[in-house]
Formats: sequence, C-alpha cells, structure tokens
Amino acid sequence: MSETLHDRIQELRAVYPDPRSAILPALRLAQEEHGGWLPPAALREVADSLEVTPATCVAVASFYDQLRLEPVGRRLVEVCTNISCALAGAQQVVEAFERELGVEAGATSADGAFTLGTVECLGGCGWATVVAIDNRHRLRVTKDDVPAIVEELRGA
Amino acid sequence: MPERPELVFARTDGGAVTDLEEYVARGGFVALAKARAMEPDAVIAELEASGLRGRGGAFFPTGRKWAFVPKPDRLAKPHYLVVNADESEPGTFKDREIMLRVPFRFLEGCLIGAHAIAAKHVFVYIRGEYEREFEVLRSALEQMHARGDLLGDVTIVLHRGAGAYICGEETALLESLEGKRGQPRTKPPFPAIAGLYAAPTAVNNVESITTVTVVFELGAEEYAKVGVEGSTGTRVFSLSGNVVRPGNYELPHGITLRELIYDVGGGVPNGRSLKAVIPGGSSTPVLTADDIDTPLDFDSLVRAGSSIGSAGVIVIDDRCCMVQLGIRVSQFYEHESCGKCTPCRVGTRWLTQILQKIEDGRADQSDLDLLLSVCDRILGTCLCPLGDSDAIAVASYVARFRDEFQEHVHLGRCPFEGASSLEGILAPSALHGAHGHEHEAVPA
Ligand SMILES: Cc1cc2nc3c(=O)[nH]c(=O)nc-3n(C[C@H](O)[C@H](O)[C@H](O)COP(=O)(O)O)c2cc1C
Ligand code: SF4
Ligand code: FES
Repeated sequence: MSETLHDRIQELRAVYPDPRSAILPALRLAQEEHGGWLPPAALREVADSLEVTPATCVAVASFYDQLRLEPVGRRLVEVCTNISCALAGAQQVVEAFERELGVEAGATSADGAFTLGTVECLGGCGWATVVAIDNRHRLRVTKDDVPAIVEELRGA
Repeated sequence: MPERPELVFARTDGGAVTDLEEYVARGGFVALAKARAMEPDAVIAELEASGLRGRGGAFFPTGRKWAFVPKPDRLAKPHYLVVNADESEPGTFKDREIMLRVPFRFLEGCLIGAHAIAAKHVFVYIRGEYEREFEVLRSALEQMHARGDLLGDVTIVLHRGAGAYICGEETALLESLEGKRGQPRTKPPFPAIAGLYAAPTAVNNVESITTVTVVFELGAEEYAKVGVEGSTGTRVFSLSGNVVRPGNYELPHGITLRELIYDVGGGVPNGRSLKAVIPGGSSTPVLTADDIDTPLDFDSLVRAGSSIGSAGVIVIDDRCCMVQLGIRVSQFYEHESCGKCTPCRVGTRWLTQILQKIEDGRADQSDLDLLLSVCDRILGTCLCPLGDSDAIAVASYVARFRDEFQEHVHLGRCPFEGASSLEGILAPSALHGAHGHEHEAVPA
C-alpha cells in the first residue's frame, strides 16, 4: 500500500524544529499528487495535516511562482526570457513553441496537454536559451530545435 | 591567457566528484578534520586571516559574520547555519555548478561552519527550479549518512524553494524557511541574534561555504596569496551574453574584464563590437567598452562606479537597445517585488511603463526627467535592496547611454528600427498578479 499524502507530510514535519516549516515541501508534494496544481481539496489536505487553516496555505502558495492555484497542462514548458537568454534569441524560441504547440505564452492548450510559459532567469544564462520542461532544464535551445522537442513531447 | 588556479573546483579534472569514496581518495574531509581539531574561535580567526568575503553579493567578511553569532553559553538557544542556494540573480549560474561538481566540498564547508558557530542544524535553501542539483546533494548526503563520523551530531536539511527571487534576500529566506510568504524583515535584529525561529543564525552563500573548505585545505596564508588585496582568492565568474565561450570560470580576483571576456571567453562573436557589460548580475550598474581594463575585484569595481555583486558578467554587443534592456530588467524587479513597500511595488512598475513609453516613441523630455525622478524616489526608501536594484540599474543605463535615450525621444521611435538584439522581449507570463499582489495601474 502506498503511503498517503497525510503520512508523507507527517514525515516532513518531523524534519523541522517547527512543523510550520514543512508547508512548502508539503504543498509541493500535494501539487505533484494533484496533477501539477493545488485544487481546494489539496489545500485542505495540507492544512489538516499541518494543523493550519486552508487560508494559510493559500496565502503561502499564492506567493510562489512554482505553486499553482489554477490548473495547468499535463506538460509544462517554460522558456526563460531574461537578459542573457533574450540576447541569445529566447523570443524566437517562444514564438516557435507557440507555433508548434498551438498555444500562446501564458496559456494552456485546449486539450489540456500543454501549458506554455515565459519565466525569469533559470540560472543557466551561460547555456542560453534555457527551457524548463516539467522542471527539467534543456540548455542551448534554439528556435530550430523546437519542432523536434515538441514531437518528442507529443510522442511521450 | 591569465593564470587559472582551481581551488573551489580543485581535483575534479574538469568533471564532477559525486562519489564519497572518490572524494575522500582525493583528499576530501581532511579540511573538516583540521577545523574540528581547532576551537571555534580559532576557526573563525583562520577565516578572518584568509580575507574570505561573502560571494552572495554583499561581500561581507565571512569570519566576521560568524563572530557575530553569540556563543551558546551567552544565548542558550539552538544555533543555525542556513546556506543560501537560492541563486536567482539574472546572469548568475555558478552555485549550481558548484553543487553539481563539488557537492562534498560544499557539504564539508557546511560542517566546518556548523562547528564554528556551534550549530547542530544546517539548512540548505535551494531554489525550487534546481532539480538535478537537489538530487545530487541528496545523494551526497545519503552517502555521508552511511559514514556516521562525518556528520557527527549535525543534521543537514535540504529545503526547496518554490520560485521567488526575493527569497534570496537573507531575511526573506528565513521567513520562507519558517513556512511563510517570503517577505523581508526589518533589521535589526540581525539574523546573527534573531534569525531562524528567532534564534542565532548565520546565512551564507554556497560559494562562500565551499570556499571555507578551500581555506582549510590550503591554510589561510596560502589562500590569501591568491587574488588581490581586499579581494583574496578566486571567484567563480559566470560569463554570459554576447560572448564566444560563455560558462563558469574560476579565476583569481583582480583579472580584468578584458582578460575574462577576450582571453578566456573568446571575445564578442560575429564580428560585432562590445557595447556594454553588466559585471555582477542584473542588480549592478552597467559599464561600457571604455571600462574594459577594469580589474574584477571589489574595490576596482566600486571605483569604476559599479559592483562585483554576484560576479555574473553579462556581455552586450552593439546590436542591443539600452531602453529595451532597461524594460526587461525593470520587468524582472517588478515581477519579483514582494509588495511590502510602496516605492518598490509601485516604483518598479512605473519604471517599466515609462521606459516602454520611451521605446514606443510616445515620450517627451519630461518623461525622461520623470524616469530619473522615480529612480531617485525609490533609492533609499525601501526595506530591502530589491527596489534600489531596479533604480540603480536603470539610472546607470541612462547615465552611460544618455544619447541613446535622448535619441528615442527626439526621433519619436527606437533608433534600432526593429533590429535590436532584444527586439520583441517578453515579460514573464505570470507578471500580473505576481507573488500574490496586484499591481496598481500607472497614470498614463
Ligand atoms: C533581492 C536579493 C536577492 C538576493 N539573492 C541572493 C541569492 O540568490 N543568493 C545569495 O547567496 N545571496 C543573495 N542575496 C544576498 C543575501 O541577502 C545575503 O547577503 C547572502 O546570502 C549572504 O551570504 P554571503 O555572506 O556568503 O555572501 C540577495 C540579496 C537581495 C537583496
Ligand atoms: S524593497 Fe521591494 S522586495 Fe524589498 S521588501 Fe520592499 S517591496 Fe519587498
Ligand atoms: S537569463 Fe535565461 S537562464 Fe539566466
């Protein structure tokens, strides 16, 4: 039998001198188990497990870009558009993804397969353009690489 | 080619050492044994003698920071060492390579630090976007657990962030680690007295901590021979932008921008010419091609009107429109503002909007004046340095490239006519409503 979310959050609590510190890792876990976002049920589970209110969880989650209070696509494609990536042509990489995925930056495709986003510096400026796919970084992506990446994602 | 001593990346043969046995075979954990054989005060004195100063941006002496943490007999609370692995300053990507290539030298430094400030708990706050780095550290820690003598009675916890640049600011980081929104605290009290859970805490950057190990590998005296006076040792420079060979390069403090960009980095590609350099991450004032012989150390960069910051060097060639650069940099700070103080929350948005107006050719002379006046009114009025960073960066673009800004106003359009390398720059898609606060509209 797999551990429940509640049990796993109890393990997280034990790691910290103050259990409230477990809220970020707990929200991350809950998000992973709920298809990449935090529906009200997930927030309630975390709140109950940590003995805080769901409002506390929303207040915390809404601060952090990686925690999502709206549904996202099954695959998340995020292109860094900060300075070094922009100097390397990140704009064209975003356009190529928009074309290949048929969705605008900031939106989710109609079939719920993909969310495309533009994000701030991913800490890979020397390997521009950096694209995070489900939080895994692809380095030195050019616009010409995009069709193959999308084909790979659609095939997976 | 400048000399390239490898200290942080010593004994890696250009690769990664992620196996504990291998690290030990290459002399690993000898520094820890040396430090543990010394009294905490002697450890701190050795660091002071090495001249090591913080690599996170503020360049504060590491030994002195640790000396501020009260001794356990004076403040009988648990003591904490918190490592800042939130690396998010645009242009900076060195801590990531350190964690990937020398995870044990980094963790060894954590244990030396814990000994120095009598901490039993170390927290490594690692940015949420660093997935592989987290896994490498987790595996390294598991290997260390199997050898009880290394960790002793110290617990090292890897804590993942969740996407917020401001959590790199040390007090915001502590708030976040306590499970709250990452908003900076007022200082004093300083973390050394009341940090994590209101207990004595030292917050140090990944490269600083890894260099602590280096100091005990070499001895303070040997370490201090590298680099220049006031900025001892090496620095891991992150080189990016319009340069032939971008990447991380460990080099002694004091090498010049010319050596870094041309000798090491191969120069500006495609026959273009150098226009500007941001020397220490996006928060630092821009330099021009005329500053190319500036040595990269703390004092020289201050004299040049900038700062060594996080040593993230961004090279910009002559195709780049400086107004567009300003817009993108300002969007970043606008997006990452935590919203706690008005000059930052509102001012960063104003800067973006006025710059956009200039870029679009809708601005007159009074808008250029307004831009600088908003910078002035942000400066020194914010709780943490984030708001100031935007104002300092933007004001430096105007100061150094005044004619280009003026030309936008005079022509009523961008002089690059669609050919700037930043043409079509895109804001982060989550800009509006970022970090849980809506941005007010700016009067047109
Ligand atoms: C907005 C802001 C962001 C920061 N981000 C980082 C960061 O990502 N990593 C870091 O080490 N220091 C960062 N700092 C500096 C930290 O507040 C702190 O000075 C540093 O972690 C201290 O470590 P050091 O003494 O080893 O440099 C940031 C500061 C500010 C104001
Ligand atoms: S300066 Fe900006 S980021 Fe810093 S505390 Fe104020 S609002 Fe928050
Ligand atoms: S600018 Fe894209 S990773 Fe830093």
